[in-house]
Amino acid sequence: MKVQSAMFYFPEEVIEHIFSFLTHHPDRNTVSTVCKAWYKIERLSRREVFVGNCYAIRPDRAAARFPGLRSLTLKGKPHFADFDLVPPDWGGLAGPWIEAMARSCPNLEELRMKRMVVSDESLELLAHAFPNFKALVLVSCEGFSTDGLAAVARSCKSLRELDLQENEIEDRGPRWLNSFPDMCTSLVSLNFACLKGEVNLKSLERLVCRSPNLKCLRLNRAVPVETLAKIMNQCPNLEDLGTGSLLADQFSEAYVSLISALQKCKKLRCLSGFWDASPLCLLAVYPICANLTGLNLSYAPTVQGQDFINLIQHCVKLLRLWVLDSVGDKGLAVVASACKELQELRVFPSDLFAAGPATVTEEGLVAISTGCPKLNSLLYFCHSMTNSALITVSKNCPNFTRFRLCILEPRKPDPATNEPLDEGFGAVVKTCKNLRRFSISGLLTDQVFYYIGKYAKALEMLSIAFAGDTDQGMTYVLNGCKNLRKLEIRDCPFGDGALLADVTKYETMRSLWMSSCDISLRGCKALATKMPSLNVEIINEWEAEMEENLNNGVAEVISNNNNKHINNGNDERKVEKLYVYRTVGGPRTDAPDFVWTL
Amino acid sequence: MDNDTELRLGLPGSVEVKKPRETPQKRSSPDCISVEDDNLDRPSPKAQIVGWPPVRSYMKNNFYSMKNKADMAGKYVKVSMDGAPYLRKVDLKNYKEYKELREALENLFGCFSLGEILRMDGKYTMEYTIAYEDKDGDLMLLGDVPWEIFLSSCKKLRIMTDALGNKDREDSK
Repeated sequence: MKVQSAMFYFPEEVIEHIFSFLTHHPDRNTVSTVCKAWYKIERLSRREVFVGNCYAIRPDRAAARFPGLRSLTLKGKPHFADFDLVPPDWGGLAGPWIEAMARSCPNLEELRMKRMVVSDESLELLAHAFPNFKALVLVSCEGFSTDGLAAVARSCKSLRELDLQENEIEDRGPRWLNSFPDMCTSLVSLNFACLKGEVNLKSLERLVCRSPNLKCLRLNRAVPVETLAKIMNQCPNLEDLGTGSLLADQFSEAYVSLISALQKCKKLRCLSGFWDASPLCLLAVYPICANLTGLNLSYAPTVQGQDFINLIQHCVKLLRLWVLDSVGDKGLAVVASACKELQELRVFPSDLFAAGPATVTEEGLVAISTGCPKLNSLLYFCHSMTNSALITVSKNCPNFTRFRLCILEPRKPDPATNEPLDEGFGAVVKTCKNLRRFSISGLLTDQVFYYIGKYAKALEMLSIAFAGDTDQGMTYVLNGCKNLRKLEIRDCPFGDGALLADVTKYETMRSLWMSSCDISLRGCKALATKMPSLNVEIINEWEAEMEENLNNGVAEVISNNNNKHINNGNDERKVEKLYVYRTVGGPRTDAPDFVWTL
Repeated sequence: MDNDTELRLGLPGSVEVKKPRETPQKRSSPDCISVEDDNLDRPSPKAQIVGWPPVRSYMKNNFYSMKNKADMAGKYVKVSMDGAPYLRKVDLKNYKEYKELREALENLFGCFSLGEILRMDGKYTMEYTIAYEDKDGDLMLLGDVPWEIFLSSCKKLRIMTDALGNKDREDSK
């Protein structure tokens, strides 16, 4: 009895203080479910919220629950939207979230959004509603222009971070850079590499001059070497640099200036950009290579062959490397011999439009795995792969947490044996106990899914394309992968049987995507009926096209009342695209015409 | 010997210029399969699957503009002329065909001619031969390969004169 009453009077401040040591979101979510008192303490003291699916909860509800919120992370469209599989105007609107935050969480300081649609109006609202706003990070977003950026620059007086990664931004001119306050800015990180248009170079130079705290600066392609050199001279403390266009003639003043500026930057750890890089400009980079931990050459097709080798062999402390496959197996072999600390490697395809000769193969990957045993994250695009190579790679690098292999030709077998790649990928899941993210390709049967279900116990995200034989494949995964959160499947022969094999599983996951598979409307309806806590959405573009034509090309986002389509009798119709996700927010109210919630 | 009567472009007694070899193109057309890589199955670009390969559309769009920009960037090569005191540089991207290049070279180096007015009338009665150094370092005669291929393989240009006289030219007059 005594103990119980002591606990009852345990001061809230102490509990709150204990909670402050819980940085992992799932932990905080868990403590909030212990009892009402803890729920209340937790929600009032919560400073960071991560919403992996913006439709999993209504914005108002989230904002009301966490009034002390300082940092919000939101993700919108499904991952496959990156590859044009989700039609435009699907959703993922940031507006309702920013409005809800503006009403209930005035202390908001950081907003991070991925794959969301943000309007200039929303950015204006953001700029005025949060007096302490410090950081805006937008990744793969769209819907806004440089005017929106200007609003943020002008009105967010404490802005520290403006990070724009791979967004589609409408360029309305270079004026936005002038919008930053005239006196000293508090900018620490500025990334506008994805802007396609011109930049006012003088404005940029002046901005850098009055931003003494700048540590990370990523320029866009429009910034020439002359300006880069001037900027570097202003910021010798820069830690992360994204160059503009690195085109310079030998012995030009700009080039000489760049060399001396770079040499002064002793703290530079991360380099990217390298657009149009001439071999000469690469020479200028050599002196700082020894300290680099991150290098991104994925937008630099000119850096290949001996130029690449000359550059990379200096980068002995490199942890992260992103390159194009034009560096070849030869280039990767040099990486393997020089970059012993390498943890993350991404090799992107350099030629998407013409079928050129293979430039990286299994050889390059094996070499890397032999030379870089600390490798834990891989994204590798190649023309072919063998089982024996994959087995070797997994033996050499048992620490993979992220393993994504894309063989460019769908359903391609092991060229040495003509067999499927089941054993190779199977070896990866067997050996890499900490594997959290997995993408597979090539010729694959149900057997690979058997292995995944049996061994990939830590797996959280699985991406499958052109693989499997029967429903059993998908069932193995749903039954075996206890920690699965996201499953995305395209062009696989999985049907209703697989979809309905374990319907309660989807409540433990964030989302399921299936496109160009073998599921029917009937199966999807059955799922929706059995699991009311899920949103079962079907994307039907053909009907939407017809509607658009009728409306003279004006696509309207209207509320979902498509009963006439769904219930016209033919349930055997194959469903082209299915997106299922757990939610407490009910069916979407902003779903466009072509999205049907069952 | 066959060599004497062999049809060549250039003056008799001038430096032997190698004909371009039949080298497989590095960027072969999608339909042809190079001999060395028999088992390399190249998917035809016509069979393009939506959203495949899984590269972010942002990056895909950038590849397009990167390719175009690379095409737009200048390609400056040195031009040397036998006997001239200094070299010049030309941007090969400024010209669409060999004729334009020859004219431009004539304009650049005209002042160094041996007093003659040289005309580009396409016939091989010139006083000089234009050759170029290719990627492999070989000296090649200008004009044998299609212009685009020349563009990608030319590293340096060399205008070679023969000060010893030109029997052919006299004969053709």
